[in-house]
Amino acid sequence: MGSDAVDERLDNLGRRRFLTATTAVVGAVGAGFLAVPFIKSWNPSARAKLAGAPITADISALAEGTRMVLEWRGQPIWIVKRTKQMLDLLPTLDPRMRDPKSTNTDQQPAYVLKGDYHYRSIKPEISVLVGLCTHLGCSPEMKAEIKPEPFDPNWKGGYFCPCHKSRFDLSGRVFDGVPAPINLLVPPHHYENDTTIVIGVDPKGVA
Amino acid sequence: MANVITRTAGNVMDWVNARAPGMMPMYRKHMTEYYAPKNFNFWYYFGSLALLVLVNQIVTGIFLTMHFKPNATEAFASIEYIMRDVEWGWLIRYMHTTGASLFFIVVYLHMFRGLLYGSYQKPRELVWLLGMVIYLVLMAEAFMGYVLPWGQMSFWGAKVIISLFGAIPVIGQGLTEWIMGDYLPGDATLGRFFALHVIALPLVLLLLVVLHLGALHEVGSNNPDGIDVKKGPKGNRWSPTAPSDAIPFHPYYTVKDMVGVGFFLILAAFIIFFAPTFGGLFLEHDNFTEANRLVTPAHIKPVWYFTPYYAMLRVVPSFFAIKLWGVLVMFAAIAVLFLVPWLDKSPVKSYRYRGWISWAMLLMFAVCFVWLGKIGAGPGTDPVETIIGRVLTFLYFVFFITMPLWTRIDKTKPVPERVTTHD
Repeated sequence: MGSDAVDERLDNLGRRRFLTATTAVVGAVGAGFLAVPFIKSWNPSARAKLAGAPITADISALAEGTRMVLEWRGQPIWIVKRTKQMLDLLPTLDPRMRDPKSTNTDQQPAYVLKGDYHYRSIKPEISVLVGLCTHLGCSPEMKAEIKPEPFDPNWKGGYFCPCHKSRFDLSGRVFDGVPAPINLLVPPHHYENDTTIVIGVDPKGVA
Repeated sequence: MANVITRTAGNVMDWVNARAPGMMPMYRKHMTEYYAPKNFNFWYYFGSLALLVLVNQIVTGIFLTMHFKPNATEAFASIEYIMRDVEWGWLIRYMHTTGASLFFIVVYLHMFRGLLYGSYQKPRELVWLLGMVIYLVLMAEAFMGYVLPWGQMSFWGAKVIISLFGAIPVIGQGLTEWIMGDYLPGDATLGRFFALHVIALPLVLLLLVVLHLGALHEVGSNNPDGIDVKKGPKGNRWSPTAPSDAIPFHPYYTVKDMVGVGFFLILAAFIIFFAPTFGGLFLEHDNFTEANRLVTPAHIKPVWYFTPYYAMLRVVPSFFAIKLWGVLVMFAAIAVLFLVPWLDKSPVKSYRYRGWISWAMLLMFAVCFVWLGKIGAGPGTDPVETIIGRVLTFLYFVFFITMPLWTRIDKTKPVPERVTTHD
């Protein structure tokens, strides 16, 4: 009788341990699921997402050599229609650039480099950029004219940041030896038709 | 008459003790019968001062929440309202802002004391670790508190610091959006930082302080000689089993700490009344302008207590067009502090009995930290300064990484049996 009772107690002990362990595991899984709503509550809300929704720009009236500025997700977005002369000058600047071929993939979506890497755009003449210096987020000024500037006697047109004197060319490529570490960002965008750009959405068929 | 009062008080005590018998033993364990080494010096003020500042932050913070409006449209104006229209609001706010900086001053001195006297060595590793977690939480608490007034530096500081997480590959972008609840710091960010700053982190801090003190009282306090008084002779005026070289925390060290508190409060009052911005160090000038996401301040920098780490972030160059290195170095600079109890291989605790190498290294470390702080607070445009910053960052890590080496080879002096001031 004695040994049977002990066996029974041991059986019971194993069962209790199993039940305690499974209860703890189920409880932990439950706690994990319960954490999801709390973590997700920190994501941008529907209102914030709406405010950050893609924007559409009509570029039919954009003249050659000029820029239009839009706002998307609180950032200035530049759309610039470059002239043939501006485009032809870009390759000559390669030796003065930190990253002339835009090898850093965080700076732009891959589809803007499919054509000539100098342009960083889907259509050669239309450049779309986030107008914030990659150094500390100031908004650079557009200095499109080809003339000696106080900050660069060989200026071929581009963008100049007044905060810490970073310089970029008209494709947003950063010059070597300035504080900004990388080229200006190109936002995700695509053409709905020939004259309509949608900022914030990649072209169809691109992940 | 007096008899009636003492009798009534005694009855009340008996009534409570009969129902909560653990209370008086706990009071005795942590106060009147907590025996601390009798040779504490100036450096031992900063623990109790940190506790004092914590109480100040909680009390003034509670009163500030009564008038503060935690949303992006009203926050800045509500701070001005507190400063101008709320009776004594300016005093309560300046007590809170000055308290924040003083908190870091006493915590840095408290940590330096730990390094100086080897207070992290066995068996006090856990005390050091808990203290380091407190330091981390305190940094988060201070950062989020600085965002709340929604000034220019609140906004841009938050933007720069949160964007550090964006440097993490793959998940970075999503993580920053998750932290901000938007695509740039905004109302959602302010709301959650407010909740964390006034409820979540203070609760965590209080719990950690209890654990820090609990862990300390289990193993007992270290002292400037780094001698374990529990291993010395037993028996003092209060107890035959307590160490001879120790005295009850209350009243002896409570009274000593009150001297420190008095001096500290004079200093604090001077700052609060005559120099609350402390020349732009405690309250930065740019933060007296409301946050504007289209205008970047000429010179973004965190408050002084973060500048050593900020300097490291800035001087580390980006290799292979990856910005992450500076972020990694910055976080590693804090993480390495956690390892100190295991990096120090010296057979003695206190610097009093260590050789010149240890002294030289500690001095170098202190110089690096302060100098980096100065560089981090500057504009960061001077290339020579960047080189100096890199050297200092390197030496900062040299101090820790080579610690197992130089603590072993350094010549130590014989440690006396008992504390140097025993009778």
